[in-house]
Amino acid sequence: MIRRLFSSSKNVPRVCVVGAGPAGFYAATHLNKKLDSVIIDIIEKLPVPFGLVRYGVAPDHPEVKNVINQFTKLAQQQNINFYGNITLGRDLSLNQLRQHYNAVLLTYGAEEDKTLNIENEDAENVIAARSFVGWYNGHPRDRDLQVDLSGSIAAILGQGNVALDVARILLSPIDELKKTDITEHALQKLAESKIRELYLVGRRGPLNVAFTIKELREQIKIKNCNTIWREDDFVGVADVVSNLARPRKRLTELMLKSLSDSLKEQPAENVHKFFKPIFFRSPHQFLVDDQKHLCGIELACNKLIGDKMEELKCVPTGDIEILKCSLAFRSIGYKSVQVDKGLNFSNGLVINDKGRVIESESEDLAKLYVAGWLGTGPVGVILHTMGNAFQVAKVICEDLQKNNHDYSRGGFEEISKNILKNNNPVVDWQGWTKIDKFEIEQGKKNGKPREKITSIEKMIQIAMA
Amino acid sequence: MPSVTFILPDGSKKSYEAAEGETLLNLAHRSDPDLLEGACEGSLACSTCHVIVDSKFYDVVETHNPISDEENDMLDLAFGLTETSRLGCQIKITKDIDGLCVTVPRGTRNISLDK
Ligand SMILES: Cc1cc2nc3c(=O)[nH]c(=O)nc-3n(C[C@H](O)[C@H](O)[C@H](O)COP(=O)(O)OP(=O)(O)OC[C@H]3O[C@@H](n4cnc5c(N)ncnc54)[C@H](O)[C@@H]3O)c2cc1C
Ligand code: FES
Repeated sequence: MIRRLFSSSKNVPRVCVVGAGPAGFYAATHLNKKLDSVIIDIIEKLPVPFGLVRYGVAPDHPEVKNVINQFTKLAQQQNINFYGNITLGRDLSLNQLRQHYNAVLLTYGAEEDKTLNIENEDAENVIAARSFVGWYNGHPRDRDLQVDLSGSIAAILGQGNVALDVARILLSPIDELKKTDITEHALQKLAESKIRELYLVGRRGPLNVAFTIKELREQIKIKNCNTIWREDDFVGVADVVSNLARPRKRLTELMLKSLSDSLKEQPAENVHKFFKPIFFRSPHQFLVDDQKHLCGIELACNKLIGDKMEELKCVPTGDIEILKCSLAFRSIGYKSVQVDKGLNFSNGLVINDKGRVIESESEDLAKLYVAGWLGTGPVGVILHTMGNAFQVAKVICEDLQKNNHDYSRGGFEEISKNILKNNNPVVDWQGWTKIDKFEIEQGKKNGKPREKITSIEKMIQIAMA
Repeated sequence: MPSVTFILPDGSKKSYEAAEGETLLNLAHRSDPDLLEGACEGSLACSTCHVIVDSKFYDVVETHNPISDEENDMLDLAFGLTETSRLGCQIKITKDIDGLCVTVPRGTRNISLDK
């Protein structure tokens, strides 16, 4: 398809996407497909694209990262621009963007960690799963994370897929991780890890876990690692399993099967690690020794009450359990950051209707949209993010096609000329390809697909060379 | 050459000739890039290649392409899962399934997952 020449064309709508994760790329894909002509500028805080595909998805899941190939094809098109190392809220404001574009779509994700707000949460070795994930995935923000893996017992608070990613990385044989793009600093630390026993603590019961079956199946299959469930946690579960919707049913059946396997078999001799999911426990406080090192977690015991299995309420029984451990990960979810005071939040996400940000309209400012985790909340896998991004992009197309106005806004040219400071180097797609190439070459030296650069300065230096 | 008909979410139909042994996803990508997503490029890690197989063909497709636990695991995440749902990247087209007809489900829905 031949597209019109864009730089000279006045009547081409300009769309700015903020955040180069899957939501941003999928929305841009849809807009590019459905609009006759459009210029899309993707602005990203880091010098590198792909958001959580690069910095969230586990290194031993390279297949999931194949989406990068499609995103790359899109970014190579003439009318799609990537501008990295620009942070909304720091380098420019939302109003400035809205003055220079015809539509602005925010897809900057959910970067903040939810906290438990219990005693001693700031103790050494109580770690946000998000930071740990960032650390092994080479996120510049987390490169200096201190994590002490010298104790034998650790606990993860939360039972979602991120919790299982963390568990798998901690329990997998190191030889399996060596072949991945896990950062070298993490690989070395993990090689010396003494963790033998890992708890996965959930507030509610087996029917409420948030992880998906693929991740659980992988976990159960880890070499030299046994999964041990508490039989009591499963009372009554087998009776209701046939009434569950298919995904929940298959997931629950897998847990029940794993439970019965673990009751039958004695662990083989070569098993030296144990994965122990436990249910009906809410963290009450972290326990520390006189050096303020973590030494355990006080858990409040819960039970479910009610008649219908689907409508049970979780209430404390008054009992407590002390779980001894020297390392704990908090994995209870994320929330989005309010990067601009013009944005209205509720429950950690931008208030929106089908992606349209609800606010008083203004002639001079471009319409504002949100997609991905910033608009839906931090739930769902890339598939769900994709679905949402397509929906929101559809809404943007409708709005743009409705308005027959003159698209004479300056777009990124205006932004870079009048708003960005000179000392703020912008990394474009070509700059990223240089970083990409460098990382792949570095990885080759260690037999890995890639060795990520964890310093922003170094990324910029390579991109600008 | 075996032929395959895709029924699109808007009800329209498109038929293509498949090369013996290629996957449904491959045929879709080759014929019309907008037909099926296929984000993980056929490595059973995304379920964006979900299709609903015409029930007449389901058994013969299943005989030649037995469904694995891993495929079922991914299908569990798919939108609008049905009894005859399969992943396009896991179906090899052979002459035994000439005339195969699949529906491309509507790719979107509001997220209602628990955390
Ligand atoms: C640990 C983890 C593992 C996961 N594993 C899988 C998996 O295996 N399979 C799967 O399907 N899904 C997985 N997911 C889910 C998947 O990552 C999300 O569905 C998806 O990334 C959400 O996309 P997004 O574009 O909304 O946000 P993100 O991917 O978070 O993208 C947001 C982007 O915005 C940028 N940004 C942030 N603030 C600003 C700012 N102020 N200005 C400019 N840019 C900014 C960020 O740097 C980032 O690049 C995982 C998620 C996590 C957290
Ligand atoms: S293409 Fe990803 S599961 Fe088929």
